[in-house]
Amino acid sequence: MSRTLVIDPKLCTGCRLCELVCSFKKTETYNPARARIRTIVMEDEIAFVPMTCWQCEEPVCQEVCPTGAIGRDAATDAVLISLERCIGCKMCMMVCPFGNIQSNGAKEPVVKCDLCGGEPECVLFCPTKALQYLPADKFTLARKKRIAEKFRSILEEVEW
Amino acid sequence: MYGWMGTILRVNLSTGAITKEKLDENLARDYIGARGLASKILYDELPPRTDPFDPANLLIFAAGPLTGTAATSASRYNVVTKSPLTGAIAASNSGGYLPAEIRYAGYDMIIVEGRSEEPVYLWIKDDQVEIRSAKAMWGKGTRETDALIRDETDDEAKIISIGIAGEKLVRFAGVINDRERAAGRSGVGAVMGSKNLKAVAVRGTGGIKIKDGAAFREAVLRNLAKIKSGPVTGEGLPTYGTAILVNVINSHGILPTNNFQLGEFAGAEAISGETLTRDLLVRNRGCLACPIGCGRVTEINWEGNRERGEGPEYESIWALGAACGISDLELITKVNFLCNEYGMDPITLGATVACAMELFAEGVLTVEETGMPLHFGDGQGLLELTRKTAMREGFGDVLAEGSARLAEKYGRPELSMSSKKQEYPAYDPRGSQGIGLGYATSNRGGCHVRGYTIGAEIVAAAVDPLTSEGKAKLLIDVQDFTCVVDSVGMCLFTTFSLGVDDVLPLLNAATGVDYTTESLLQAGERIWNLERLFNLREGLGREDDSLAPRLLQEPLPAGPAKGNVVELESMLNEYYQLRGWDNEGRPTGEKLQALGLG
Repeated sequence: MSRTLVIDPKLCTGCRLCELVCSFKKTETYNPARARIRTIVMEDEIAFVPMTCWQCEEPVCQEVCPTGAIGRDAATDAVLISLERCIGCKMCMMVCPFGNIQSNGAKEPVVKCDLCGGEPECVLFCPTKALQYLPADKFTLARKKRIAEKFRSILEEVEW
Repeated sequence: MYGWMGTILRVNLSTGAITKEKLDENLARDYIGARGLASKILYDELPPRTDPFDPANLLIFAAGPLTGTAATSASRYNVVTKSPLTGAIAASNSGGYLPAEIRYAGYDMIIVEGRSEEPVYLWIKDDQVEIRSAKAMWGKGTRETDALIRDETDDEAKIISIGIAGEKLVRFAGVINDRERAAGRSGVGAVMGSKNLKAVAVRGTGGIKIKDGAAFREAVLRNLAKIKSGPVTGEGLPTYGTAILVNVINSHGILPTNNFQLGEFAGAEAISGETLTRDLLVRNRGCLACPIGCGRVTEINWEGNRERGEGPEYESIWALGAACGISDLELITKVNFLCNEYGMDPITLGATVACAMELFAEGVLTVEETGMPLHFGDGQGLLELTRKTAMREGFGDVLAEGSARLAEKYGRPELSMSSKKQEYPAYDPRGSQGIGLGYATSNRGGCHVRGYTIGAEIVAAAVDPLTSEGKAKLLIDVQDFTCVVDSVGMCLFTTFSLGVDDVLPLLNAATGVDYTTESLLQAGERIWNLERLFNLREGLGREDDSLAPRLLQEPLPAGPAKGNVVELESMLNEYYQLRGWDNEGRPTGEKLQALGLG
């Protein structure tokens, strides 16, 4: 079963280690401006949300690409951009509803998360498990269990 | 260059000249970066006995060769200058995101000299550097300044700024970055104010090059595992933040209370990390690349409004709490928020108010001077004086000079709990001898992060805190290693789990320099000695390596450390000897030669 990159903003401390190791893996320099993942810092609430490509089932980026440069990796299900076919029109960037395809001035016209071929570097380094790469059913089951525990304590408070 | 960016940005605010200088490779190797390298530049360039507020004083914002990489907690920079509080060297350390941004913009450090006629800020966008008017921000708090400048420049910019305290030359004004992080101590914010420099905004889109990427990555992963499995860095600090120390230190009878009159505080539980976690904590926050995340996002209900910010840290809780006999954690948190907003060091503020409270109790200060009764435990008094101090209004104008000048002014200098005019932090050294020697010999005055022997004496309980034996050696080792950690750009808190041999492979892989354990620690020793040389040149000497008389003469009245004073004289003699210094505390020619300082 394929796995999914999942985020839990409640666990994120805003350390941005994900951005650093992503940029290093992709550009051989530490440079968050070149990272494929980005932790959004909400200044007033002081909250943090890591954002990266969700590898949509029906990617609109793929639909709009005029050269058919965007396809899916058979092994990881990651949505990938072929640099050979890409003409740099940036339509994919314009239609991504999440803003997760970027044009950051590097040699590639657009970049996005490719799940590092099935071993996401950000997940490996994330110190709080705010980022995980799990089989989808395992993720939903873990969440079910966590919420079930809350349900149980609430329901048991009430005498029938 | 690898590791280092290789460029120093220099801005002269008197002439408007902006220059970029090549970083000297030999200097970089010998002084590493951040604290070490900036201290070397200050030593070489600042004319001796320069008044800290003279335009000739330098203000250096310096990152290390690991700052901005994935090395655990390598988020730090140092603000280095001659201190208006102590007259000694100041190196004030802070994390957050800004320090790394300086490096992404292409610089290892920013040197500011001269003084602008009008309030200005610096706008650094990669290689584009501008001096801009800050008239619109003058008089504003650090948060509002941060927002106004990002509006004018780039929403992604990271901001260093001073608040009203820096503008008013409060001698313990700090420099705030990323809205909540502070290079708090020794008055570096007042030097910034004296230059009419309200802020520095930085946006960098470049990368840091690493010599041996694979080795570096492996070293980061190894250290990450150590940090996560260490009891302090993996459990204590993430769960409770630095405030975990309130109960720990109080149980050792060394939580200084009522201006160091007592070592136990009856209200400790109410201001503890456990209470903070239960009542105020919203979430943890980490600086860049930090797996510890000791930062506390907190929320208080204040006069009907919900206010969210960061902190308070252990030291602030103590200074604004136990030191003043105050046990209202929401009020302490509010005062801490205000200190960030005004850009003011909460340690020196709390300790100075505590000193004033004792002067008031002694009848030396009266309502006539203070404008209000000032008793230990008076939270509202502290709140009011915080504002007045930042504004230099009424009695606040006296407090803004710090406790040493306050106590001196009223004829009771012994009631200032300070060394080299900088106030002590939150550990009574009568029950932890090593930190006593640390306060006395710290190159920036009373301080816990120059030589945190508390780690060995209390936290790890590896040595008996009550004996003075072996403490000189322990302290020297900690001081030298701390110089290394501060100079590479990592956070001191990593040293609860990492040693020099964990830093070494990171630094070598990043820079390509072949440091050894010995040569790296020697670089630390070199930095310590250089800071010492700076202070000696400024006229400081053995008589300044002292402690407040209370700590030397009045035994702790109660608790586990009852009956103890600091045995300073014997420890200091041993310390000088082990350091290779003469009886006056001057490095011998032989020592200087060995360190390449001759």
